[in-house]
Parts: sequence; structure tokens; C-alpha cells
Amino acid sequence: MTPLLAQSGDPLIRWDWILSHRSDIWERTLEHLFLTAVPVGLGLLIALVLTVVSLRWRHLYEPIAQTTAVLYTIPSLAAFALLTAFLGLFSVWTAVIPLTTYTLLILVRNMVTGIDGVPPDTLEAATGMGYQRPRRFLEIELPLALPVIIAGLRIATVTVVGLVTVTALLGRGGLGHFILDAFRRSIIFPTEAFVGLVGTVIVAVGLDLVLYMIQRILTPWASRTEG
Amino acid sequence: MIELLRETAAWLTDPALWGWGDRTIPFRIVQHLQLAIIPTTIAVVLAVPSAAWLAHKRRAEFLATAVVNIGRAVPSFGVLVVAALLAIRWGVAVSFWPGVVALLLLALPPVFTNTYTGVRGADAATVESGRGMGMTSTELLLDVELPLGSPVILAGIRIAFLQVMATVPLIAVIGSSGGLGRYIVDGFAQGRAARDQVLAGAILVAGLTFLADLAFGRLERALLPAGLREMDRDDVMIETSVAA
Repeated sequence: MTPLLAQSGDPLIRWDWILSHRSDIWERTLEHLFLTAVPVGLGLLIALVLTVVSLRWRHLYEPIAQTTAVLYTIPSLAAFALLTAFLGLFSVWTAVIPLTTYTLLILVRNMVTGIDGVPPDTLEAATGMGYQRPRRFLEIELPLALPVIIAGLRIATVTVVGLVTVTALLGRGGLGHFILDAFRRSIIFPTEAFVGLVGTVIVAVGLDLVLYMIQRILTPWASRTEG
Repeated sequence: MIELLRETAAWLTDPALWGWGDRTIPFRIVQHLQLAIIPTTIAVVLAVPSAAWLAHKRRAEFLATAVVNIGRAVPSFGVLVVAALLAIRWGVAVSFWPGVVALLLLALPPVFTNTYTGVRGADAATVESGRGMGMTSTELLLDVELPLGSPVILAGIRIAFLQVMATVPLIAVIGSSGGLGRYIVDGFAQGRAARDQVLAGAILVAGLTFLADLAFGRLERALLPAGLREMDRDDVMIETSVAA
């Protein structure tokens, strides 16, 4: 990258900079997608386990929900700083662990609420047809709860996309790199910051749209009753 | 690791940091809380009346959904840096008040949308019976729709406050202000030698946010109309969770 020497008369956005940094922007976008996909994927697995535990032992749901709520309130900078002290600044886990914990509150709550919302009549019918507990869970409860679960997944994903930018402070950050770099290198040249900001929004909206489409495909019955 | 924890404990209990001056912990706690409470308060003053009125008049439906969808996708860190860059460009130093303005931008969307959703979602039959009793339009809004929507409205204010609390430390990255986040960012800049300061800063930031959230929860419960106090706040949170 060539250093930027900004003048105060520079336009707010310099299109030539964007054009000459296309490959760079693409690379950071892929990094952003990776830093989103890993925490959301891990979060989904952990949330599924926590949900099964919560449904099986009801009294554990309250403490699980409260723990995830406390994890959710820890400010991102504090969470990264906390792990930096133990794992070091440049471990990928320093970025991934807090991002994963932020998804748990939304995912667990939506999974439990979604599965609780499955009509009892449906469950009874399934039992009547000879479905055993695990099969009933996988084939009836989970699919019927999918709209609520994916709604949670969409919120969690968009949340993580925004928070990935903060990991720029750990030398990562995907598109957040441009945001931090814009500030560090030349303070009167906001093009880079806009690229980071707008790029992040585009990634978030894009992933949200993809998840919405997936929901439409996986739950064709939901769109029929939606009206 | 034990060594690091011992150093952190020593750092946190250093009497020099517990006096009153612009580097001390109490000073930075006060600054941190000011940076969170002022933008949230301004957001409430601006967004609650306007959103309530628009929802009451059934206007700007599109705006309300657009605000929540796009607002959620905008990274707070990006807003902060762009605001800082523009502030510097226009010759304003990034300190307390530009920080407040940037945080206000983050606090507005959740307050606006939740107020809109809360007022709009007031039970139609109840509103209708209020109308039947001869209530005026203003009375309907103030005495029926706003109280019925208050759990959702308060949840929105809580989310805004939490998001601002989580973003205040990031101001330390771009400017001189930033409350307790200062310790973390200055520690990062000094490398491994300041690990104790980074950890202590993280503990202080997380602790203060936790306590502030707890206090806000109490306040929220006290502000709810008596008839709605039994409602489960968690249910309101699900639909409205926003990035912190």
C-alpha cells in the first residue's frame, strides 16, 4: 500500500484509492467473513448443546440464560483485553472467543423460545405416530422452530459482523482494518474509514439476506401462512 | 498466570490511582459514566417523543423498519472513527463532546424503533375502547398507548444504554477521552510490560458495565406502570437485541 498524504482540501471520498485497492479490499472482506463464520458456527454448536440441556433440565435454563446475558454485556474492548492478557495479542482465539460468547445469548434464547412455541397438539400427534424423544426433537421440534431460530441467527450474525471491526485492534479485523488504518495513517483522509464502514454494512446486510433466503428455502410452510 | 494476577491486583490497589486527578480510577469512572449517560439521555429526549408521535399517527412505517435493520448492521467502531475523522477535518479535537455526538448516533436507533414498535403495538381493542370512552387523540397517546408500550420502550433505552456503555472505551482508541478504556488502550500501546494495566482496565470496564446494567434494571422496573410490572423483561429483549 502506498502511504497516503492527505491534504485538507481532499474530497471526502477518493474513488481512485478504492479502485487501486480492490484486491486489498477483497482480501479483508474474506477475512471479515472468516472472522464472522467461525464464531457464529461455534456459537451455534454451543447454543444447541445449551438448548438441549435447558430443555432436558428445565431448572438449568435460568442460570444458563443469565450467564449468557452477563457475557453479552461485557464490552468488546474489555473482552479482547481480558483474553489478550492470557492468550497474547495475536492469537486468533483472542478474537474468536469473545465473538462466540456474544452470539450465545441471542441463539440460546431464540432456540428455547422457538422450541417452546411448537404446538403441544403437534407433539402429541408425533408421539402418537411412534416418534421417540430424540427423533421427535430432530424431525419435528427443530424444523418447526426454525423460523425463530434463524431469526436469532440473523441477529447474532449481524452483531458479530459489526464487532469483528473492533478486532482490528488485535491486528485482525477484516474490514475494520481500514477503519483503524484510516485513523492511524492520515486523519484528514476518511476514504479508508468509509470503505471499512460501508463495507462492513454491506457484508452484514448481505449475510442477513442470505440467511433470510435459507429460511425461506428450509421452511416453505412458513411463507405460505405468513400472508 | 498467577504472577500476572498478582501484578494486576497490585496495580488495582495502588493508592496513587485512587485519589482525584485526571489519571485516577475515580475520575475515569465518572468520565465513563458521563460519556454513557449524556448521549443516552439526549437520545431519549429526541427519539421518544418523535417516534411516539409518528407511531400514534401511523406514519413513517418504512423509516422505523429501515432504522432497525440498517442501524443494527452499522459497526459502532466505524461510526466512532468516521465521526472522529470528520471532527478533526472540521477542526474540532476529538475529546468529550465529539465523543458524545458519536455515541448519540448509536443510541438513537434502538430508542426510536422500540418506541415506535411499543406505541404501534399497543393492544388495538384497548385503544379502541379508550376512543369509545371519548378520549382525545393526545389522551390516547399519553394515557393508553405510551403506558402500554412502556416495557418495549424501556427495553430500547436499556439496549441503547448498554451499547453506548460498550462503545465508550473505544473512544480511547481515537481520542484523549474514553473513561476507563484509556487504561486498556494505553496498555496495548506499551506492549507486554503493561499486561497488568490492560487486565486491570478490562476488569474495571466489565465491572462498571455490569453494575450500571444492574442499576438500570432496577430503574427500569421502578419506571414500569404497576400493572405491567409482572411482565418478563427477557421476552421483550429477544426481538430487540442489538449489537453492543
